[in-house]
Amino acid sequence: MISVNDLSLPYEPGMRVADVVSRVKPGADVVIVNGFPAPPTTLLADGDRCWLIQRGEVPSAAELAHLLYARHTPGVQAVLQQATVGIMGLGGLGSPLAVALARMGVGHLRLADYDVVEPSNLNRQHYFIDQLGQPKTAALRATLARINPYVAVECIDRRLTEADIPACFAGVDVLAECFDDPGMKAAALRVALRELPRVGYVGSSGVAGYGDNNAIRTQRLRARVYLVGDGESAAQPGQGLMASRVGIAAHHQANQVIRLLLGVDEDA
Amino acid sequence: MITILCNGESRRLEREMSVEELLASLGLNPETVVVELDGRILSRPDYAVTKLTEGATLELIRFVGGG
Repeated sequence: MISVNDLSLPYEPGMRVADVVSRVKPGADVVIVNGFPAPPTTLLADGDRCWLIQRGEVPSAAELAHLLYARHTPGVQAVLQQATVGIMGLGGLGSPLAVALARMGVGHLRLADYDVVEPSNLNRQHYFIDQLGQPKTAALRATLARINPYVAVECIDRRLTEADIPACFAGVDVLAECFDDPGMKAAALRVALRELPRVGYVGSSGVAGYGDNNAIRTQRLRARVYLVGDGESAAQPGQGLMASRVGIAAHHQANQVIRLLLGVDEDA
Repeated sequence: MITILCNGESRRLEREMSVEELLASLGLNPETVVVELDGRILSRPDYAVTKLTEGATLELIRFVGGG
């Protein structure tokens, strides 16, 4: 059999990609075979998985999930699709983190920020110039919907406090702390350790400047609790926040979130 | 004089003092530090009222700003 989008077709020797296109979706512009683009003349083998894509057409949730399966190890996608991740702060860490998780098909994101998009954010945060003045929650939700419309996004559009973090994020699988303010960073870890014992945690400290790439590291504090950064590089006059280094840290956080969701929890 | 273990290093204090006093003596803003004392994470109000005694084991996790 050949699998084509949601259908199964009987395999016939000599079958080519163009034959499948004409039978299933004559308007298709792009064909993905076993995860990679294939020209119309490509010979198919029994058991191949084909995805026919028409430019400008949004694939269904099932189609997109299958296309993500093809790029990720089997089994990974089912876990990610069921998962809920909380993100506190949608700045230089939280916005690229949310984008990475949506791209990987994490099924549920709970995003918290009280701020609006300002021009100074555009040097590192995942917003666009036509989003200036919008709440970061709404702007990021709109961006994520353009990447993967099948991620369920909940927004908390207000300033979090230490006292209400547990109620806001009880029940998430992993909570990422992406605040700017060091007092809130400490408060979030403190309350998570005290009151959210079943939630995985990925915090951050020390991401400013353009220092050594490899000084950014992911440190395991205890079971399912991690801290990303160099621990020292504070944002301050003379040491600003830059897309490159904050981005390294954001993607450390993203990969650690994925590791926790997939049950990996070990010292580096 | 008492001796405590702070982030794995032995440290001598002139007297018993609160966690908040220790943080001040180290030049740390208590708002930016998570404190684990003898395996227990302290709440923020505890910093001022929790005394460090001989043999206390302390882990301090300090945060810097930026994100």
